[in-house]
This record gives sequence, C-alpha cells and structure tokens, in this order.
Amino acid sequence: MTTITTASRIPIDGPVETPWKLPYRGNVGMACLIIAESAIFIIFVVAYIYYIGKSLSGPTPAQVLELPIFGTICLLSSSIFVHLAVSSLRKENYRATTLHLAITVLLGTIFLATTAKEWYHLIHDEGLTIKTNLFGTTYYSLVGLHATHVVVGLIMLSLTLAFSLAGRVKEEHSEKLEVLSLYWHFVDAVWVVVFLVVYVLGR
Amino acid sequence: MTTTPVLEAVDETLETQGKPPLNVIYEWLTTVDHKKIGLMYICYALLFLVIGGFEAVLMRIQLAIPNNHFVSPQVFNQLFTMHGTTMVFFMGMPILFGMGNYLVPLMIGARDMAFPRLNAFSFWVSAFAGFLLYFSYIGGSGLYAAGSAPDVGWFAYAPLTSKVFSPGHSTDYWTLAVFLSGIGSIGTALNIVTTILCMRCKGMKMSRMPLLPWLYLVMSGLVFVAVSPLTAAQIMLTFDRYLGAHFFDTQAGGSAILWMHFFWIFGHPEVYVLVLPAFAFANEIIPVFSRKAMFGYPAMVAASVAIGFISLSVWAHHMFTAGLGPAGNTFFVFATMVISVPTGIKIFNWLATIWGGKIIFAVPMMFMVGFLFQFLIAGLTGIMLAAAPFNWQLSASYFVVAHFHYVLVGAIVFSLFGAFYYWYPKVTGKMMDETLGKWHFWLFLIGFHLTFDFMHIPGILGMPRRIYTYEDGRGWNTLNLIVGIGAIFQSVGTLILVYNMIRSYYKGKEAGHDPWDAWTLEWSVPSPPPSYNFAIEPTVNSRRPLWDLKHPEDPDTDYE
Amino acid sequence: MSLSTRRSPADISRTNSRSARIWRSAVMSLIAGTASAQSPTNIFDPAGTPAHTAFGLSILVLSVTLVIFLIVAGLLLYALIRFRHRPTDSNREPAQIYGSNQIELSWTVIPILIVVTLFLTTTRVILVTEAIPKPPSAMDVTAIGHQFWWEYNYPKLGVVTANELHVPISDPSSPTPTYLTMSSADVSHSFWVPRLAGKMDLIPNRVNTMWIDPQATGLYLGQCAQYCGTQHAKMLLRVYAQTPQDFATWIEQQKKPAVQDFPGNAAAAEGQTVFMKNACINCHAIKGTVATGRFGPDLTHLASRDTIASGPIQNTPENLRKWVNDPNTLKPGSLMPAMHLNDHDLDVITAYLTQLH
Repeated sequence: MTTITTASRIPIDGPVETPWKLPYRGNVGMACLIIAESAIFIIFVVAYIYYIGKSLSGPTPAQVLELPIFGTICLLSSSIFVHLAVSSLRKENYRATTLHLAITVLLGTIFLATTAKEWYHLIHDEGLTIKTNLFGTTYYSLVGLHATHVVVGLIMLSLTLAFSLAGRVKEEHSEKLEVLSLYWHFVDAVWVVVFLVVYVLGR
Repeated sequence: MTTTPVLEAVDETLETQGKPPLNVIYEWLTTVDHKKIGLMYICYALLFLVIGGFEAVLMRIQLAIPNNHFVSPQVFNQLFTMHGTTMVFFMGMPILFGMGNYLVPLMIGARDMAFPRLNAFSFWVSAFAGFLLYFSYIGGSGLYAAGSAPDVGWFAYAPLTSKVFSPGHSTDYWTLAVFLSGIGSIGTALNIVTTILCMRCKGMKMSRMPLLPWLYLVMSGLVFVAVSPLTAAQIMLTFDRYLGAHFFDTQAGGSAILWMHFFWIFGHPEVYVLVLPAFAFANEIIPVFSRKAMFGYPAMVAASVAIGFISLSVWAHHMFTAGLGPAGNTFFVFATMVISVPTGIKIFNWLATIWGGKIIFAVPMMFMVGFLFQFLIAGLTGIMLAAAPFNWQLSASYFVVAHFHYVLVGAIVFSLFGAFYYWYPKVTGKMMDETLGKWHFWLFLIGFHLTFDFMHIPGILGMPRRIYTYEDGRGWNTLNLIVGIGAIFQSVGTLILVYNMIRSYYKGKEAGHDPWDAWTLEWSVPSPPPSYNFAIEPTVNSRRPLWDLKHPEDPDTDYE
Repeated sequence: MSLSTRRSPADISRTNSRSARIWRSAVMSLIAGTASAQSPTNIFDPAGTPAHTAFGLSILVLSVTLVIFLIVAGLLLYALIRFRHRPTDSNREPAQIYGSNQIELSWTVIPILIVVTLFLTTTRVILVTEAIPKPPSAMDVTAIGHQFWWEYNYPKLGVVTANELHVPISDPSSPTPTYLTMSSADVSHSFWVPRLAGKMDLIPNRVNTMWIDPQATGLYLGQCAQYCGTQHAKMLLRVYAQTPQDFATWIEQQKKPAVQDFPGNAAAAEGQTVFMKNACINCHAIKGTVATGRFGPDLTHLASRDTIASGPIQNTPENLRKWVNDPNTLKPGSLMPAMHLNDHDLDVITAYLTQLH
C-alpha cells in the first residue's frame, strides 16, 4: 500500500485498561540478587549439614563453639533500625534517618567484632583453622561468607550514613535506601539460618 | 502486501561513521547501550565458537583412526576440557545473553536494559573470564614451567581437581574462569529479569509479552538458582586448593559425591538455560514463516515455566552410576521422564503452528525445520537415557556425547543460526545472502548428521567418552572416521556463515525495517535501531502489535 | 529353598532373555546392525543378567521412542510439505488459530500416560538389579580403582591380583554371581564391561556394589568409563569367565606364594635380587618376599596374566622389558617412573618377572 507510514499509526500513549504501573526496578533487582545469593548460601549450608560429625579429627563444634547471643541480638536489632531509617526518610525526618543509620552501622560493627573475637579465640586458643578438619573447613567458609556480606552491607550503609551526615540524603532517595535495607534484612535472615545450623543443629 | 508503519524518529544520537578509529574503539569499550553490549557478547562468543570448534576438529583427527599419535594424551585431555568449558561458558551462555540483550528491550518496547552499567560490567567480567581461561595455555604452571591448560574435564569431578591429583595452576584457571563467568551470568540474568518486569511499554501486560522475553525470563530465573550453586562450589574448590580446606578432599573425609551433586544441580538446569533461548527463537521465527499466530500461547508459557521448575529436580540422572541406591534412582527417573511432558507440549504446539499455514522456506525457517527434527530426536534419546538401567550402559559413553550434542548443536545451534539470519537485517540494515545461507544450511546439516548420528553407535558398542585413543578391533573404527568427516562439513558450513555475515554487511541488499513482514515491536523501528530504540514509547494492545497495524480489519485484540 | 518367593538373578535372566530374543533381531537390524557382530563390547549382545535386563528395557524404550518419532516426524513432514507456500497462493494470510484447549489437553495427557508406563517398567528393572537379595552362593570380590589400573581382592579366598578379573560362570540353575564391592584409592573411576552389566562408579571414600554373572565362558572386555586422568583411555577391563573347575584351579595357583627358587635360571635369580634391592618393592607386592608395596599392581603371579599395564599391552618379555625401562613410552602419563636400570639389570628383571607364574 503505502511506503512508510510514520509513527502516528502506532498508538502512542494509547488507552490502556488500567493505570500503567510497573514495579520499581531497584526492588526487583535486589529480589533477584537475594534469590541468587540464597542459592549460594543454601549450597554452603548443605555442605555444612552434610559434614556435621564427619570430621576425622577434633576439635568438634561441641568442644569449641559458644552461642553468640550478644552478637545475634545486635545484628537482628539492626534490622529494625534500618527499617526505621527508611520510614523516617519517607517522612522527611532527616535527623532521625541519620540517627537510625548510625545505630544500624554501630550494631553491625559490634556483630562483626563478636565474630572476630570468636575467630581469634578459635584460631589462637583452640588451634582450629580452615585446614584442621571438615568442621573448620565448613565453619569458616559459611560464617566467613556471611561475614563478607555483613562487611559489604556495612560499607554501603556507612556510605549512606556519610551522605546523610552531609545532608545529601533526601526523601526522593527513600526507594534506594529501601533497596539497601532489603539487602540488610537478607543478611540478617541468613544469620538466623547460620545460627540455627552452626550453633544449634551443628553442636 | 502492506508495509509496516515504522516508528520513525529523528536520529540525533552520535553516529560512529566518519569518526577516528580510536574514538570508535573508545565508544565500544565504554558503551552501556544494550545493543552494542549484545553485539559484543555475540562477537566474543563467535570467537570462542571458532576456537572451541577448532579444538573439536583436533580431537576428531586424533580419534579418526585407532591408536593414533596425532596429539598426546595430555593435550587431548586439555582439548576436551577446554572444548566443553569454552562451548558452555564462553560460547553458549554469552551468545544467548547477547541475543537476549539485543532483543529483549526492543521486543518489550523499552529503550535500554534496567541497569545499563551493570550490563556492561557483566559483559566485561564474562569476557575477562574467557580470556583468563585461555591465558592458562601461556601461564598455566605459573613461573615454574611452560604453561598448561586445565585437563580435568568440563565437570571437573573431585578429587581429580585437588592439589594432589592436579598440581600446578591449570585447574585454578578453570575454577576462577568459571567462577567469574558465573558472576557475569548472574548479573546479566538479573538485568534481564528486571528489564522484563519493570521496563515493558504501555499495555504490554505479561500475557501480551512476546514469547521470547517470556523464555528469557524463565531462563534468567533458572540462572539464579542454577549458576549460583556452581559459583558456590567454585568458591569451595578455590578454598580447597588455596587455603587447604577439605570440602572435596577425600583423604580428610571430604566427599567426591558432594561435588557431583553441586555440579549437576548447576549442570542440568544449565542445559535448559541454554535451550530455552533456542525455544525462544523458534517461537518468534516459526510463526512468522508459517504466517500464523503461535498456537497455544498460554500453554507455551506454562510449559516453559514448568520446564524451569522440573529441571531443578532432575540433576542426579547424571549420577545414575554413582550408586545412589534404588530409591534415589527411581525418583530421578521419574522427575527426568516427567520433563518430557512440557517439552512434548512445545513440539506439538510448534507443529500446530505450522499446520494450516503458508510456510515460507527462507533460510531462518530452514534452520528451524532442522531444529524441530533434531530436537525431537534429542528428546527421544533423552528418554532412553532417563531409563536408569539403560543409562547404566549408556552413561559416560559416546551415546551420551551424541545425545547432548544433538541438544546443543542440533537444537540450540540450529535455532541460533536461524536467529542470526532472521535478525541480522535488523542489526545491520542489510539482508544476508540467501544462496550462501542455503549452502551453509545444507553443509552444516549434512555434517551434523554425519557426525552426531553416527556418534551414537560407538556408545552402544562400548566406547566411553574422553578417551584419547582406542584399541583396534572394537568395531569403532569406521564410525569414528565418519564422525570425523562430518566435522569437516560443519567447519566449512560455519566458515561460510562467518563469510556471509561479513560480506553481507558491506554488499547485502538493503533490508528496510521489516523485511520478513513480522509482528513484534522490534520490526517497527529502523534497521539498525537508533541508540534509544523508540523515539516515542509505543503502546500495545495485543501480542502482535504489528499484526494489528497491518490488519486493522481483523486485529489480534479481538481474540485475546 | 529359602528364596523361593523371590526371584533370583538367574530366574530373571531366563524370563527376560525369552522376550529379549523376540526383539533382538528387530533391534539388531535397526541399530548397530552392521557393527554389532564385530564388537566385543556391544551392549546389545548381553551375556549376563544385569546386561540382559537392561537390554530388555532398552528394547521397550527404543520401541516406544521409535513409534513416537515416526508419528511426530511424520506429522511434521506432512505439515511442512502440505502447508508450504506455493507461488500460486493468494497473498492472503492463512486463518489465524490461537489454540485449542481440547487438542492441547490431549497432547498433554497422552505423553503423561506414556511416561507413567515407562517409569513403572524402569522401576521394576531397577529393583530387580539393585534390590534383590544376594544369594549365599555368591562370590565376593573387592575392586579398587587406581590411577590407570584395577586391583582385585578375593577376601574369602585370600587372593590379590590386578587388571584381569577371573570369575566363575553362573549356571542359572544354581547361580554363582560375583558381587563386586568397589572403591577407589585416588580419583573416581567406573567399571564397565558392557556385555555383563551396566557401569558402576568407584568413588574414593565411598563403597558401591554391583554384581555380574557371566553365563558362558570367555573373555569379556570393557574399560574405565569415568574420566580419571591422563591415561583414562588405557585403563582397560578384562573379565575372564571360567568353568567352576578352571576357576578353582586358577584360585589354587593364585593362592600360592611367588616362585622364589629358579633352578637353572641364573638370570631370573639375579633379577629377583635386583628387584628386591630397587625401589620396585615400594610400590609392588610379591607374596612371600620383602616386596609389599601397594601403590602398584600385585606382581605375585604376573606371568599368569595375558596383558600388562591394565590391558593395552601383551605380556611378552620384550614388552615387559620396555615397560620396566620406561613405562611412559608405552603408556604416557602412567604413574610408574622410569627406573633407569642398565641393560643387564633390565634383562635379569625381565627374566625374573617372566618366571612369576
């Protein structure tokens, strides 16, 4: 018929049945990352469970591990504060955002410090390293993988805190802070699993 | 015939024509445009296709006659390790991600991927991984000796990969390259999922999305749950090799079986990660050249999702000979056989799409016909392998090698070649040469069948895979020679393809924006598309927006 | 008989071979028709119960898939020809059909029925191979995979040998199957003698079991089927199925300690001394001597074997000498180092080894 009809024939801004709203890409991307990361953690957890009691030599978890109650409380409560930071940012309460972020970073750092102390005890006093036996191998890998995620989260939270202190974090960033908080919640949730597997089931 | 209305636009973006070469290189190195990244993925993968193909040819020369001394056992073992690793991680994955990168935003009416910089990052990580793997030829043993490539097989069973049995650094190159490629794959998959969920143009509900993005969605979802375990296993293996951990150290109580599980939890879904895009191309090309709408769109979507889920529960059919016990074997027989049901639905739906159409045998469609027949056969030999007692005989034999090459080459590569001929005009604005295309098709088809049909039989006659030579008198000689001859045909066919692509770029017929009279959004923009794809965001009202435009008297919107 | 309610391996082989025979000719012409006769490792030429049952199942699966192929490929071919675009066609698009629930349901349900049938049949074969009780008359052999050779241990008979497995034939009326308990000393291997049974992996730090029951005497060939390193290709399997009498004779011979006196053969006697003074004894055992190494094959009755180096090389004095001189010339990648012996030492060691009957 015609040679080339112009764009006018493809409906532009044409009527659609419902208001056209798609999910925020940050949340979807983070959800994808969490799925992928969960798969990685599942493999490490499976390896941990599979090797419980299979070490050919000591020390055993029962001999050397103690429940990290304090660190756990710190990390889990930091989840609440990051959530508060997001909601206060939504309400444009920037001072509260900064405060809650600071508490989150502090609690996360305390958690890392308790892990470091535990590792120091295990390596220095008990002589347990990743080479010692299957328990050492799986323990340091799983807890270390989690601690790595805590470190990554802390770096991002600290950066946000720095921007917040500089007064650069505004209400329009609340979606992005929420994405970061999703990651932090994930790290906390993983800790619950690690705690149950390593310190409850594995002991 | 009507001409498609085009989303014409004033192209104000920077064009590369007439710029100094350095600027062009700089532009490509720093680009975050999904089309350029897609093309880089494809070119990079084609480079590795040629390398991996060359390795295959060397192996076939070695095996053409019994007791051959063409290459040493060490070199042969490196060849099949590199061939497998290259073709899966550095040819298959990148080329399919490249196609997805290029096509998904165009087909859903988006201007780019959701995370353009992550997209570039993922590509460069994957590319680095490929070059790292091949650097092992130069630097495998570090400073101590001349280099060596990995020789542990592409599934690298523990404890062959431990420091004791695999000293030096060749295995480290393998594990790090695969690890990095995994990071890149997860990044791109994340990008594709987010793009599809968050960037669709107005009116493109999930139920109106073309099947290609749908299949890429399932494929990317599978990447998260399949590639991640492999990544985790590579971390463990690296810990074993560098920090002295004992995950797969059988001397310290570690388990060889655990690696098998971890690898195949990745390995089998990986097959579907590779084959779903091949289905995706078929879903776009077969309807256009049959001039009919896809038959049973909801069933196709459901079957794809079902394949995705079921494929997660079949991995141990690779381990029927590892002594899983009757209960384990029975479960995995069932899961594996069940997957043939959604796969069957797909084949029947393609058949029904063709039925009653007006089939135009252009080169893309010819490759699709090859795809359909070969995928059918590959599926049926898959059922044979799913029957565990038959598998006890066939596993790790050349029958398995033939079976999975039927999937990977017969189905995926054929579909991919079809896709090349189909979308090349969109990418370059030029048509590919039909005559050369037909030469490519027939040579490749003949070569494929010579190689992979005859490869089944040595497996039945007791020939295991991964042997660098074999005894005379086993009845394998003639068959292996025929297999080798087939490889020559395939090589020539592939070279014709490469020549055709280069030649057509300079001398091809102008394609226009819609040479195939197709129905999806990518054909509504100029060829090649401008860097922002759509000057104005389109709105769609059906699965085939261009059909609606071309047939205002009978639009799809009335039927959906 | 205590096992009267359960079917012994032999019973199963009888019933299955009957149905198998009916199908065999059909399949033989269908697949591997030309090559079947010449190959000693054809899975479609079973000579033992596990291979027979697998073969029976193969025939069923092959028949089902063949029928499916003929139907679907036929329809596809018909559609491609019948519905091709003809130059005389009008330019109108064909009728657009978007789907049909009934048709789609039918091609979902029919495959499900086929799958269920195949699954149940497969399960039955898995159970008769893997889950039947071991008859009391069974013989036990421990098979250990090593990088590029096989170690066989007859724990109840006190015999250790390498690379050439001897088993008694199993008479269906009083079955004497051989049960293999399998593991590996290093990496994973796989035991595959196609005419006797499907393969089973030998995995370090794990014990797998399988059984074979050759019903006719003869030599059954196979080879390692799990990639295990450089010389995976030359890790061949040889199973000698013998009459019970021959097998008993062989066992009696193998039980004896190695020959240590070589009257009238000074070279062999000197070779023995050279052997015992060299590093040979670190890896090889010769029963009754100071050589007790376990890394390499037991050499107590080396001369009674047809081959060396796990199958690929005939056991002749020339080959033995070449092998001892430098194994890598015959089997590059073999873990035995070149011993750097002088010509004289090579000669006498060869003379010694050839006397180890």
